[in-house]
Amino acid sequence: MPPAGAMPTGEPPLPVGEDVEAIQGRSPWYLAYLRLRRNKVAIGFGVLFIVIVIFCLAAPLWSHLVAKTGPNDNHLTDQITIGGEKTFVVAPNGIPLGPGLHAKFLLGADDNGRDVMVRLMYGGRTSIYIGVMAAFITTFLAVALGLLAGYYRGWPDSVISRVLDLIWAFPVLLLGIALGTALAVGGLKIGPLEIPPDSLWIPIGIIGFVYVPYMARPIRGEVLALREKEFVEAAVAQGKGPIRIMFTELLPNLVSTIIVFFTLNIANNMLLEAALSFLGAGVKPPNASWGTMIADGEDRLITAPHLTIVPGLMIVLTVLALNVFGDGLRDALNPKAKLRMDQ
Amino acid sequence: MEGMGRFIVRRLIGMIAVLFAISVMVFLIFNVIPNSDPAQRIGGKNADQELIDRINEDWGFNDPLPQQYVTTMKKVFTGDLVSYQNSRDVDDEILKGIPVTFSLCIGAAIIWMLLAVVFGYLSAVRAGQATDRALTIVALIGISLPVFWLGEMLLYYVANKLGLFPVGDYVELTQDPLQWANHLILPWLTLAVLFIGFYSRVLRSNMLDVMEEDYVRTARAKGLPERQVMLKHVLRNSLIPIITLFGLDFGAVIGGGAILTETVYNLPGVGLYAGESVASLDLPPLIAITMFGAFFIVFFNTVVDVVYAYLDPRIRLGTQAA
Repeated sequence: MPPAGAMPTGEPPLPVGEDVEAIQGRSPWYLAYLRLRRNKVAIGFGVLFIVIVIFCLAAPLWSHLVAKTGPNDNHLTDQITIGGEKTFVVAPNGIPLGPGLHAKFLLGADDNGRDVMVRLMYGGRTSIYIGVMAAFITTFLAVALGLLAGYYRGWPDSVISRVLDLIWAFPVLLLGIALGTALAVGGLKIGPLEIPPDSLWIPIGIIGFVYVPYMARPIRGEVLALREKEFVEAAVAQGKGPIRIMFTELLPNLVSTIIVFFTLNIANNMLLEAALSFLGAGVKPPNASWGTMIADGEDRLITAPHLTIVPGLMIVLTVLALNVFGDGLRDALNPKAKLRMDQ
Repeated sequence: MEGMGRFIVRRLIGMIAVLFAISVMVFLIFNVIPNSDPAQRIGGKNADQELIDRINEDWGFNDPLPQQYVTTMKKVFTGDLVSYQNSRDVDDEILKGIPVTFSLCIGAAIIWMLLAVVFGYLSAVRAGQATDRALTIVALIGISLPVFWLGEMLLYYVANKLGLFPVGDYVELTQDPLQWANHLILPWLTLAVLFIGFYSRVLRSNMLDVMEEDYVRTARAKGLPERQVMLKHVLRNSLIPIITLFGLDFGAVIGGGAILTETVYNLPGVGLYAGESVASLDLPPLIAITMFGAFFIVFFNTVVDVVYAYLDPRIRLGTQAA
């Protein structure tokens, strides 16, 4: 039997605080859930994020049943009937149709006569997909590197920390656009793995990569502290190997940190995706993402502001929802922790 | 100050090593791109094979990569580096951009520090009340805004609709200080908003921590007015971590964080130059700009470390507990 304080697998303990001591016999996760439930604002924004995801997932439905057009279909010369009057989708002077109460082109059209509503829904799928997938990559790499560096210390720690310092010293945006433009030309070929230049995995990989140091550093710090705890000593005495200690002793104690970082990381990833796409180093046209939509609308800012306003508002709402919910999660899971996700 | 000199020397060597590694990384990133033959770029679309060969010879593109790297880096530091795209001198272009980038970043930094301290202070003093909640929401919206989108919205609503400030472009400070500021107000705000939101949150939580300290209770117990306790004891001690953050973020903003703002407002700074060079896959400016940016980030990092080591001897003696 491991001594008290060493948690076997299963429920990982939270650092014992006042709340935990006051109530006996409830798991830390249940207590965290109770704290989160009290935070109505965080719950509300969490629901908002789910609503946005559902909205984006419904893209094919809207596209087929209501708008009857795809995200990349041009309607440059088409006319639609609004209130019994025929109207150009893109007026002869080049100004596209604005938003209005009509099933087709609910949010207006863009320069190429594409349906903004349909593009918005498909673009959201791309933006959220990139945000979530990149967060998985960042989390996986950061946890692996943080565990290795923090557990072994010594030279593995030095090597990992120096490499992280190096990536950290790179201006994030410059590194992103450098990699983005470099890979946009010929794609990436590593052995059997071949990624075409217009693949979404290029922005996903770049965004997942550049944020690794921001997450790996605090995780390494936490592992360094956890490693000194008695339960790790006990596990070593029991003859557990390093890998088992990392996965069954250390990792469960990191879960609350990882969850919070993961949530906030998605928000940051979505902002970086938008920025890279805006600068032409992210998602490649004609594919829609909220960032490329803003970039497409830039030239029409004065004559057709809806092209810029609509996708931007969606980014703000989604990122805000994730930030508020992530904040609430942090307060609920680990009220004393100070986690910081940079920019 | 035992060990301080050695600590600084160690940090400086580390700084040079990081900059070297970064230059190698950028060089590699851009030299493994397929389809971006620099000779083709210089020669133009109609260049024949003979011209391409000659360019390859003249510019040393046939040399092995390490040698090309050395040649390029030599040129960066002697000011001989020219663009593949238009043969303009890269160092000159960066030097031309520096006053613009600094005008933008320093102005924005002043705004973000002032407003963040005011908002963070109000938030902490009124923690839990309506003011705090409102400021928290504003701060969270601030960190959720895409910078370039905020810039475009300000351009559209404030500059275009209300006609309050000029739409983009830049006037030199020496030419007309009033117009300089007038042209920069919107870019300053755009760049500052993210940091206002972020710093005010950090300051608020720092202040709430400091308020629990014994010396704050002592200050209250000896009958100091609340205002004085807050300003002199709580705020002052909460500002130290903020100054650290500021050092790092200011370096990052000068070293590339201003690209989006400069692009949206068409400010001819280093960031806009970076954006243009990326669009044309122009290697020499990108190497130089990344070095320039990394220099500021690493430099401010080092400054922060040294200041911290000065304040806390455990760090410079290497005995700091992990």
